Amino acid sequence: MQGKASPAAKIFLMTIIFILYAPIFYLVFYSFNSGGSMSGFEGFTLDWYRELLGDTRLLIIVLNTLVIALLSALFATMIGTFGAIGIHALKRSKNSILGLNSVLIVSPDVIIGASFLILFTIAGIRLGFYSVLLSHIAFSIPIVVLMVLPKLAEMNPSLIDAAKDLGASRWHVFTKVIFPYITPGIFAGFFMALTYSLDDFAVTFFVTGNGFSTLSVEIYSMARQGISLHINALSTILFLFTILLVGIYYVISQRSGLKLGGFRR
Amino acid sequence: MGNKFMRNVYMVPYMVWVLLFVIAPILLVLYYSFFDIHGNFSFINYERFFTPVYLKLTLSSFWYAFLITFISLLVAYPTAYLLTKTKHKRLWLLLIIVPSWVNLLLKAYAFIGIFGAYGAANNFLEWIGIGSRQLLFTDFSFVFVTVYIFIPFMILPIFNALNSLNPALLDAANDLGASKSTTFRRVIFPLTLDGVKTGCQVVFIPALSLFMITRLIAGNRVITLGTAIEQHFLVTQDWGMGSTIAVFLILIMFLIIWLTGFRKRGA
Repeated sequence: MQGKASPAAKIFLMTIIFILYAPIFYLVFYSFNSGGSMSGFEGFTLDWYRELLGDTRLLIIVLNTLVIALLSALFATMIGTFGAIGIHALKRSKNSILGLNSVLIVSPDVIIGASFLILFTIAGIRLGFYSVLLSHIAFSIPIVVLMVLPKLAEMNPSLIDAAKDLGASRWHVFTKVIFPYITPGIFAGFFMALTYSLDDFAVTFFVTGNGFSTLSVEIYSMARQGISLHINALSTILFLFTILLVGIYYVISQRSGLKLGGFRR
Repeated sequence: MGNKFMRNVYMVPYMVWVLLFVIAPILLVLYYSFFDIHGNFSFINYERFFTPVYLKLTLSSFWYAFLITFISLLVAYPTAYLLTKTKHKRLWLLLIIVPSWVNLLLKAYAFIGIFGAYGAANNFLEWIGIGSRQLLFTDFSFVFVTVYIFIPFMILPIFNALNSLNPALLDAANDLGASKSTTFRRVIFPLTLDGVKTGCQVVFIPALSLFMITRLIAGNRVITLGTAIEQHFLVTQDWGMGSTIAVFLILIMFLIIWLTGFRKRGA
C-alpha cells in the first residue's frame, strides 16, 4: 500500500496527531503556571517541581513503583520464559494452555482486580507490597510467554538435534543453544512486563491496602480531589521518562525484529 | 521418564500460576456470586441483576461502549488508511502510539482542566460565539475522553491489516475497472476486517469496564459495569453482588471474543 499522501490527507493526520498530543502538552504547559490552576496562565514558576521533588512521601511511592515494576518483571520473565519453553514442547494440550494463557490478557482490569482481591483475602495474604507484587507478576506472565513463543517457533529444531548429536547435555542445550536464540524475545517480554507494571492502575487499586501505594494509585487519589499543579509537574517528568522508554523500546524492537504493539491496558 | 520429568519441572511455576491466578480467581468470583451481603448462600444477587435497575445499567453501559467503539472506528480507519500512504509510515505510527504510553489517569486528568468551567474548551466555545457550557461531568465528556484514550489501540490493528494488504490486489481491481469506492467496499475493507474486529475487541471490553474515567470525568452521571463492580467491592463491600456483575462481564467478554474471533492483542 505505498502511495502518495494528498495535502488533505496530511492535514487530517496532523489534526489527529495534534488532538492526541494537545492534552499532554496542556498539562506540561500549566505545570509552569504560578496561578495554581489549569486556566489563565499567570506567570512562569518552577515551584510545583520544587515542591514535588521535596515531597518525601511521593519519592517513596515512586521508589515503591519502581521496585514493584523491576521485581515483577524479573519474576514474570523467569516464569514466563520457562513456561513458554514448556508450552513449545507440548503437543496435544498446547492450544488449551494457550487459551488459559490469554485469559488475563483479555480480561478487563476490574475483573482481575476484584478476583485477586478475593483470592488474597481467602489466602490470608495481607494487602500491601506482597499482594501488589504477586498481582503484577501474575498479569505480566502471559505477555512474556507471548513474546518468547514466536522466537521458539522460528528456531530450527535441527539446531537442538545437532547439539544433542554432538554430545551436549540438556543443560548445555538450554544455555548454549535455546537461551541465546530466544534472548531478544525474553528482553522484549521483560520490557513489556515492566511497562505493564508501571502503567497499571485498576488491578493495583483493588489489591493495595492502606499503607502501600503506587504512582498510578496516588495520581488517581490526587486527581479525585481536583486540580493540583503538582500532578502537572509530575506528568511532565513522566512524559519525558516515557519518551526515554519509547526510545529504548524502539531500539529493542528494531534489533529483535519483533513486531511489537504499543499495547497497554 | 527422566526427560519427561525434567520437562515438567521447569514448567511447574508456570502451571502453578495458571492454577492460582487464572483458574482459581474465575472460580472464586463464580463462588462469591452465590452469597448475599451477610454471607448466606442464595440466588438473591442473580434475582437483583434481573431487576430494572441493573438491566438498565447493563444496557446503558453497552450503549456507551458501542458508541465509543463506533466513533473510535470512524476516526481510526481513515487515519490508519492514510498512515499506510505516508512515506515514513513506521515513524508516523510511532507518533500515534506514543500518547498511548502516557498514563491513562494523567490524560483523563488533563481533561478535567480542558473541560473545566474556565478551561481551554470553554474558551474556544466563547471565542467562536457559542458561549461556555457545562462540559465536565456530562456523558459527552465521558465519550470524548474515552474515545481519545482508545483511538491508538484501534488504529494499530487496522494499520497492521492495511499494511499487509497485497498491493497487487488493488492493481487488479483497478485493471478490472472497479471504481475507488468499489475497490474499498469489495477488496480493501473485507481484507482488513480482521484488523477491525481486533480493534473493536480491544476497545469494547475496556469501554465496558473502565471505572476510573467515569469517576474522574463523568462524576456519577455515567455508571458502567466496571464502575458498578468497583462500587460493590470497594465502597459498599457487597462482594456477592459485585461478583455477580463480574460473572456477567466475563460472559460478555467471552461472547465478544467469540464474535470477533480470538487474536492476541496487537496481532
